[in-house]
Amino acid sequence: MNENILEMKNITKTFPGVKALDDVNFQVEKGEIHCLVGENGAGKSTLMKVLSGVYPYGEYSGDIVLNGEIQKFYSISDSERAGIAIIYQELALIPELSVYENIFLGHEIKKGKLIDWNETIKQAGAMLKKVGLHNVNPATKIKDLGVGKQQLIEIAKALSKNVKLLILDEPTAALNEGDSENLLKLLRELKAQGVTSVMISHKLKEVIAIADTVTVLRDGQTICSMSAERGEISESIIIKHMVGREIDNIFPKRNHKDFGDIVLEVKNWCAYDPKIGRDILHNLDFNVRKGEIIGIAGLMGAGRTELAHSIFGNPGEYRIKGDLFVMGQKKHFKSPNDAIKAGVAYVTEDRKGNGLILIDDIKQNITIANLKQLTQQGILNRNEEVKAANYYKESLNIKAPSVEQKVGNLSGGNQQKVSLGKWLFVKPNVLILDEPTRGIDVGAKFEIYTLMNKLVEQGLSIIMISSELPEVLGMSDRIYVVSEGKIAGELTAEEATQEKIMEMATN
Amino acid sequence: MGVINEAKKLMKQNIREYGMYIALVVIMLTFSVATDGLFMSSRNISNLINQTGYIAVLAVGMTLILIIRHIDLSVGFVAGFLGAVAAILLTKTGVPVWATIVIVLACGALIGSFIGFLVTKMGIPSFVATLAGMLVFRGALLRVTSGTGTIIIPNKSFNAIGNGFIPDIAHIEGIHTLTLLLGVIAIGFYIWGEFNNRKNKLTYNFEVLSNTMFTLKLLFVSLVIGYITWTLSGYNGLSWTVIVVIIVVLIYNFITNKTVLGRHIYAVGGNPDAAKLSGINVNRITLIVFSSMSMLAALSGILFTARLQSATTTAGTLFELDAIAAAYVGGVSAAGGVGKVTGSIIGAFVMASLVNGMNLMGVDISYQYIIRGAVLVAAVIFDVKTRNKRS
Ligand SMILES: Nc1ncnc2c1ncn2[C@@H]1O[C@H](COP(=O)(O)OP(=O)(O)OP(=O)(O)O)[C@@H](O)[C@H]1O
Ligand SMILES: [Mg+2]
Repeated sequence: MNENILEMKNITKTFPGVKALDDVNFQVEKGEIHCLVGENGAGKSTLMKVLSGVYPYGEYSGDIVLNGEIQKFYSISDSERAGIAIIYQELALIPELSVYENIFLGHEIKKGKLIDWNETIKQAGAMLKKVGLHNVNPATKIKDLGVGKQQLIEIAKALSKNVKLLILDEPTAALNEGDSENLLKLLRELKAQGVTSVMISHKLKEVIAIADTVTVLRDGQTICSMSAERGEISESIIIKHMVGREIDNIFPKRNHKDFGDIVLEVKNWCAYDPKIGRDILHNLDFNVRKGEIIGIAGLMGAGRTELAHSIFGNPGEYRIKGDLFVMGQKKHFKSPNDAIKAGVAYVTEDRKGNGLILIDDIKQNITIANLKQLTQQGILNRNEEVKAANYYKESLNIKAPSVEQKVGNLSGGNQQKVSLGKWLFVKPNVLILDEPTRGIDVGAKFEIYTLMNKLVEQGLSIIMISSELPEVLGMSDRIYVVSEGKIAGELTAEEATQEKIMEMATN
Repeated sequence: MGVINEAKKLMKQNIREYGMYIALVVIMLTFSVATDGLFMSSRNISNLINQTGYIAVLAVGMTLILIIRHIDLSVGFVAGFLGAVAAILLTKTGVPVWATIVIVLACGALIGSFIGFLVTKMGIPSFVATLAGMLVFRGALLRVTSGTGTIIIPNKSFNAIGNGFIPDIAHIEGIHTLTLLLGVIAIGFYIWGEFNNRKNKLTYNFEVLSNTMFTLKLLFVSLVIGYITWTLSGYNGLSWTVIVVIIVVLIYNFITNKTVLGRHIYAVGGNPDAAKLSGINVNRITLIVFSSMSMLAALSGILFTARLQSATTTAGTLFELDAIAAAYVGGVSAAGGVGKVTGSIIGAFVMASLVNGMNLMGVDISYQYIIRGAVLVAAVIFDVKTRNKRS
């Protein structure tokens, strides 16, 4: 057995009302790729924040042993000095700065007292090569790069700090298949160079593809560690340990197949974005019928989120041409409010950015889009509000001590459920889901899929935008593939395959 | 659960709010001791409250402005200018008092909607738009007072808004009976409201305070209201200024806590993008909040002018900073989305007590500014440090 680079012993960390980590033990061998999996709220991110000094020594109990020595990290810079680098799920790059400025931000290369820009650019170039970004000019601004490349630049930044232990919190959650592949390849190369990685992920396929060891957390406790070498890892075993029971088919079956009339339809839908000065949607036609789930597949940047925004009252103020029909009536939504009134709801892709109000609590978030429901003669009934929020907390199985919990303190999956609850509370006819299971564990995914099935059985129509092909294939009755702002093709559930979709998406 | 434990829990959950009340009490006690009780005398408390009136109403409006992540630097001179307009209407044109007030408030609302228009439709940052407003209205104030200089207002009923007290019903030596009566009524309403609230919560099977704690709370708040009215009734009783401030606070407290508009204001401050996608018209909210701010600035101008019984060329100078400081001391978050109207009022009183107390003690003005600055920073540090502890 190899020696351990890291041992975390008996770590316990509590937040007001929540025991996030309960006597967790976690060991990482030198030079391995170690995956940390578990349900939303299991404590994965918290464990890594303890390790990296976000929660400083003294705010948790237990020991962190790095290379055989007990460590006391009081801040992130302490852990960085010890060779630990952490990449959060939310990218921490500065969009308006160039790649080289970002890579060396916080540990600038100096000549005397001043920054040595030439050396910085040179070394940034070298770092970019290391992460496989041969064609990226170090002077490019971050905002001009796609998320996939940004993620690799985060890694370049970590490498420039001479990292020994690289921690990645859901690095591929926002990446498409190709970019994810690149990232995994890079992790393998880094492993060959002696860098140890810990990766948190909900994508079990990639976990199985890359992990030397998998550790499962559940409810703040270590459930088990499995080694690939000894052939202990398989998807069903991981799922079983994660959720504590077996799930045979992650995409639950739906029985009924008789759809009603068309509920929402767009024709010749075009949009021009004045902010970037070009057309983003070209002559799209599609429809969804009552009780149907349609999948909108495509690559990152194909214009799917823009499509959703343009339908949902156009908050981005695009210039739109084309016709929108809801329940057979022609509509011009001037604002999201119009869309909501017409029975359309939209669960955003970026729940932290524009989905939820993180400083508010669960009940405020769930009710914000439909406060009218809770008012009598203009007065808000706060008791009704708590009751409504509790209803969704129960039925969506949101894990929190109460509906008074701040949403910012919930784990990703539970935030997503709050988002869903918020839009179910407006009682829509058409629900647009934008990447509904991003960053969500298998158990919660299963719950969300089950819920989607229940909703369509009750007559709701769902438009599901998703970059995860298995999800699109597993859940949709019909699939539209979007590529570069156009509908590249339409497939029925029976004829659709991963290959066909990818082919259309990349054409 | 023992009462002590429950009290501890309450304390923990509301540390910021209670902290402020405690701070106010500590400040008052300190000054009382330092001035041999002069500070807490009926006359001084009455004075203190009346002096704070025109800043208090500004602080109420500023709370909403800061909640939606904006700022309004123009309020001081808007107040000054509109105060002068009121003076001119009263002295030069003979418009009756009530009409003057209506006109001035309407002008305020109009100015506010124009600022709101600049911010929402023209996309000018509120700092810049209201900085410009500050300059413009300073100029306007100088303009309208240029011929006359200070405009003396002879109108008694107008001046009563800033100086007068409510009439008494039965004359008892040394006690203002109507004030006491109103105090008793207020306590009655408070207790009735709390009981109602509790009853409603119980029908929903929600958690409520234990009986002991509930009684203690009722007793405590009633005592505080009682004490204040008792003190005031020992001098001239409730002033019209206090009545105005109380009405403003009641209205704004109601709006922020009990109406959809209030919730939308907090949502816009908490996350404008999410608010927009939740169907909230962010521009409309911004416009309303700016209009309300300038309308309160107009009210502040009326209170101030009536108090001085005249409009001066420098009226309104630095009011905006006092209002902003009061709001921050009162727990409004600099990042937006968080804050309470009642908090800002307490904040205004904390700052006013400091000034009043230090004046009584004869502290040099130079130290006064330094101490006020320090208190502002301390309050915000306390806010930031306790924020993570609450969830
Ligand atoms: N700052 C905080 N205050 C209060 N509770 C918190 C805070 N941060 C996390 N928690 C709680 O701690 C628990 C563990 O959260 P954590 O973010 O570590 O989960 P996770 O395993 O990373 O989940 P996910 O897969 O959804 O990202 C959750 O119940 C969460 O609500
Ligand atoms: Mg996490």
